[in-house]
Amino acid sequence: MTALGKLVRSTAFWLTLVYLLIFALYAAALLVYFALNTGRLITEQITETVDDVIAELTEQYTIGSWRQLTTIVENRSLRPGSSLYLVTAPSGQAIAGNVGSLAPGVIDKVGWSETVYRRLDERETAEHSALVRVTQLSGGFRLLVGRDLEERARMREVIVAAARGSVALVIVLGLAGGFFVARRVLKRFDAMTETTQRIMAGDLSGRLPVTGIGDELDRLAMNLNDMLERIEALMRGLKEVSDNIAHDLKTPLTRLRNRCEAALRSARSEAEYRDALQDMIEESDGLIRTFDALLMIARAESGHARENMTAFDAAEIVRGVAELYEPLAEEKGLALKIDAPGAAMINGNRELLSQALANLVDNAIKYARPAQAETAAQDGENTAQNGVGAARNGDAAAQMSSPEIVLAVRAEGDRVLLSVADRGPGIAEADRSRVVERFVRLDQSGLEPGSGLGLSLAAAVARLHGGALRLEDNAPGLKVVIALPRNTAA
Amino acid sequence: MTPDNSLDFAATRVQHTPMRLLIIEDDRDAADYLVKAFREVGHVADWSADGEEGLALALDGAYDVLIVDRMLPKRDGLSVITALRAQNVETPVLILSALGQVDDRVKGLRAGGDDYLPKPYSFAELLARIEVLARRRGGRGEETSYRVGDLELDRLSHSVKRGAAEIDLQPREFRLLEYLMKHAGQVVTRTMLLENVWDYHFDPQTNVIDVHISRLRSKIDKGFAQPLLHTVRGAGYMIRDGAR
Repeated sequence: MTALGKLVRSTAFWLTLVYLLIFALYAAALLVYFALNTGRLITEQITETVDDVIAELTEQYTIGSWRQLTTIVENRSLRPGSSLYLVTAPSGQAIAGNVGSLAPGVIDKVGWSETVYRRLDERETAEHSALVRVTQLSGGFRLLVGRDLEERARMREVIVAAARGSVALVIVLGLAGGFFVARRVLKRFDAMTETTQRIMAGDLSGRLPVTGIGDELDRLAMNLNDMLERIEALMRGLKEVSDNIAHDLKTPLTRLRNRCEAALRSARSEAEYRDALQDMIEESDGLIRTFDALLMIARAESGHARENMTAFDAAEIVRGVAELYEPLAEEKGLALKIDAPGAAMINGNRELLSQALANLVDNAIKYARPAQAETAAQDGENTAQNGVGAARNGDAAAQMSSPEIVLAVRAEGDRVLLSVADRGPGIAEADRSRVVERFVRLDQSGLEPGSGLGLSLAAAVARLHGGALRLEDNAPGLKVVIALPRNTAA
Repeated sequence: MTPDNSLDFAATRVQHTPMRLLIIEDDRDAADYLVKAFREVGHVADWSADGEEGLALALDGAYDVLIVDRMLPKRDGLSVITALRAQNVETPVLILSALGQVDDRVKGLRAGGDDYLPKPYSFAELLARIEVLARRRGGRGEETSYRVGDLELDRLSHSVKRGAAEIDLQPREFRLLEYLMKHAGQVVTRTMLLENVWDYHFDPQTNVIDVHISRLRSKIDKGFAQPLLHTVRGAGYMIRDGAR
């Protein structure tokens, strides 16, 4: 595309052309108006003058005789730049005046008419046009007074010339201006296009140029830049998440692979092979659970589950989850208590909120075991993994001081607060925002099973419901609070 | 741990009735695996790779349970089920699908499916669910009381007795035992218990169900020579009269 071709195809250029046309038409109309008005004014002036002269001469004729009239007419006819005069006798013969010839029949018609004429003193044959008035005087005399129309014609010529000139000027200046504006705008658009092409090519750090004038193009560029900023941040977040996912899934996959290898290398009997295979199935189940949790978080974050929301009392799900986990907590030597003084209506997805809460309680049970019961409870854990019947160890732990986990529901103003508070080691302030991220596990010992996704899921569910998850100091211990919008309608 | 309250999976297969199953699934490997696995446990399974053929077979043959994948060529799984139900074919259907979210499940059940199992699944889980579905069809509906050995549960008076001894159960323990006894002699998985007794469809990270079971066991089996509530290794639980 040539530069000119590009210019001609630009919106700015076409806009200029349209404006130009409108201005030219406007200028032309203005001039036509002027011309018509001026013409009319001149004609009016002539008429007035001629009427005055005729009135004056008629008076002279009435007072005196036709001789006096002819004398005055002769005198006036001789003045330079005089009007046209003609007095005719009843026979039709000219007896005074400065008119050499007239268009035929003009003198016979009383009143106004436009005619061509020639003065007596003129040699050349050129004829001029004039506006004349013929009056019938008493006694058969006729008086003709008129004025040359040359002035009017000249005025017209001047105006037509002015019209031509100004329209030409408007067109030339308009075109030049249009070119200038179009080129300037085009240049800025070109700069924007170039940047967007660079961004599309993969350089997300590119930003559109902003001139600082603050015009609409600047505002557009600034908005697009903000948008790019957001996209870049999201992409960075996404990349971090997928890097983390890839990294964290590698660990269990490596474990799985190692077990396969170990079984191939050292298993001797069928029973040993069976055990190894059983281990591998458990390991893959763990992976599947991790994937399920990731999908769940993605689903919650995309807002899909909003369709299945109903109004219910948050205390119901708290009781449900507490009932599910109570035996487990007891086995671990923990007391699970519910603090739900009144109804707290919310609008939500029961299943997802139950799952979020279950994750929090599960975490609390895992990490909030009493310091003194540590060993006993760990034994309990090991036995529980082997099957059932860990109750004895649990009982032993329960006989020591029994720290509590409190599940609370409170309706406060326009919020409903669901909280799970434990008396465990808690989480240092600095780590609190980090643990909500996917796969972050502060306990790196690997003693506790889990994907490190529980808090992330709970946080995603809270966001899905228009709420938020925050971690607080339970002094001592950790308090996880899910704040949800309260359903006041129900 | 009482030595004989734990069962090998094979030991649960002694008294089963063979079933005729239809698998509508477009993935050949997955279908082959299922057909083979079902044959090994004594069931007969036919396989159809697309929705149209599957629907024709299901309308025609007398199957005990249909296993239907959701995404199928020619006609999708849900529409197969809707068509079957429209023709008054009430064969129980288990939907097998990679779409495992709560709302997918709800959609599947609304279309007329009887159960929903997300992929990937364990065969033990699938088998347990299918056998429960087939049994339900066999006419064993809701009864007012269940009896296994000397254990008796009365649904009307909400009472449980083992021999002459009255057993005091919490409401949830009662429902747990009720579900197990309703499916006496059948393997019941942890997920099935979580879904049917607690109405939760998510996976609690820790095996909370095991603790509930061990509590229940301590109430109904403790102090009795013959354990009734068994753990089936690699599958779940089963309540049955060990003496038979």
